[in-house]
Amino acid sequence: MHNKSMTELAAGLRVGDYSSVELTQYFLDRIQQLDSGLNSFVTVCANEALSAAQAADVQLQTGQAGLLTGIPIAHKDIFCTQGIRTTCGSKMLENFVSPYDATVVARLKAAGVVNLGKTNMDEFAMGSSNETSYYGPVCNPWDTETVPGGSSGGSAACVAARLAPAATGTDTGGSIRQPAALCGITGLKPTYGRVSRYGMIAFASSLDQAGPMTTSAADAAIMLQVMAGFDERDSTSAEQPVPDYSAGLEDDLTGLKIGLPKEYFGEGLDNAVAQSIDEAIAEYRKLGAEVVEISLPNTHLAVPTYYVVAPAECSSNLSRFDGVRYGHRCEDPTDLEDLYKRSRAEGFGDEVKRRILIGTYALSAGYYDAYYLKAQKIRHLISDDFTQAFKQVDVIMGPTTPDSGFRMGERADDPVSMYLSDIYTIAVNLAGLPGISIPAALANGKPAGLQIIGNYFAEAKLLNVAHRLQMATDYHQAAPANIEQ
Amino acid sequence: MSLDHADVKKIAHLARVDLADEQMESIAKDLSNILNLVEQMSTVDTAGVEPMAHPLHMVQRLRSDEVTETDARELFQSIAPQTDAGLYLVPKVIE
Repeated sequence: MHNKSMTELAAGLRVGDYSSVELTQYFLDRIQQLDSGLNSFVTVCANEALSAAQAADVQLQTGQAGLLTGIPIAHKDIFCTQGIRTTCGSKMLENFVSPYDATVVARLKAAGVVNLGKTNMDEFAMGSSNETSYYGPVCNPWDTETVPGGSSGGSAACVAARLAPAATGTDTGGSIRQPAALCGITGLKPTYGRVSRYGMIAFASSLDQAGPMTTSAADAAIMLQVMAGFDERDSTSAEQPVPDYSAGLEDDLTGLKIGLPKEYFGEGLDNAVAQSIDEAIAEYRKLGAEVVEISLPNTHLAVPTYYVVAPAECSSNLSRFDGVRYGHRCEDPTDLEDLYKRSRAEGFGDEVKRRILIGTYALSAGYYDAYYLKAQKIRHLISDDFTQAFKQVDVIMGPTTPDSGFRMGERADDPVSMYLSDIYTIAVNLAGLPGISIPAALANGKPAGLQIIGNYFAEAKLLNVAHRLQMATDYHQAAPANIEQ
Repeated sequence: MSLDHADVKKIAHLARVDLADEQMESIAKDLSNILNLVEQMSTVDTAGVEPMAHPLHMVQRLRSDEVTETDARELFQSIAPQTDAGLYLVPKVIE
């Protein structure tokens, strides 16, 4: 049952092969039996899930059900959930229970989706390995000695281990696509503004975007359908109509122009990953696509630029954690400054502090022009690279990550080497474009992700291109060996 | 670009984060490494390039000036570390 797609599970619910309560209990049991070895969940909410499943069963019986009614999923612990603890992977929010639901959570709830629990993540989404979580690292189900990627590492690991049919994630510099690649699942980062940020704890507001993490592009399409759309509560929400993401999934790819940026295939790319990507590209040629080499000449500037823009915005966003209104508060503060300084010192972990400090420095008097303003100008150059490329091609393809991951602890003491693991994903956030990572053929027995980048609001095209590969190959059906009960 | 103890101390004060003296050296090193990574930006000629504040170059949307939320003070204060009579409590600021 756990290898079924959301569409198949929905069909099973409709014909009465099982109820939503049975389906939900099935995944709760899997979580209980298998997650102790993975740590992909911070909070499992069995009671709430089962009562939501009961309500879904009533809707299914009375013919009021939608496509996703009664399907259980998991939410990244960055999305506020009313009545259920939201930690954002931080000690700062260890006891935080949100008074409201994030728009993404509310929309999925309204569609009848059952929430199994909240998934582990890098603290405040700052990390590429899920090692910065206050609640402990997450193990990659393919090899529990290696990292699952981050920051949506818990979501990726739980979907890869089939502890949930799907999960939500967020992506500021690769945090959906990179863990999706390392765990062998499908992860879509939509266009900036496509999915509401309301109730999604802010990291870098001009980059953050939520998206689905699933075992197939077809499932991502039905999940994005519910998540996407204008929200007046998010001031940067896009006022763009939401197309039917499933309608064009099987569209023919004859004549599709695929651009391969030469900068994504150069030095630093692991040979085995490169070979998996080449095989996937060859499949696209068979499907009638035309492949051309392109150049994104400012690619090498994406990581430096990001590590000014993201920390600057993080230092501003995280100033709200002051020990006064919610979150961790230190014991016996002597004065207001002591309250702020100690609450924040105790509540935040090392990586979050590093980014707050870098961001504070970049925004401080005398340095603003040299850092933040300069970074915003280079951001424009990076974005222009893509604008030029999309004059020639329909989609851009390349590896999602330079290698198939790393062992736990290997890069933990060297922040800069960790930052470089997002080298192929970060530019997409800076430009605000949509990108999807789907499994390519295994590279030396480990997952490798093919990244497909589209033009603004071209999510339907990305899903179509991804789905066609998944029709032609079984790359996406590869699952880790140790997940059978 | 390299930061010393005094720089880190000043930044930590601006960011309102308490740092222990024994952490200063490793933090100064980490921050200096990050600034060295960022330093690549200075080689780029950005004369005449507009800064990009928003990926879609959208303007801030305004809403009409109407009441849309109801008072939820009790709900919001139920998660606060310390409150009294509807007020958030902090250490005494004015003698």
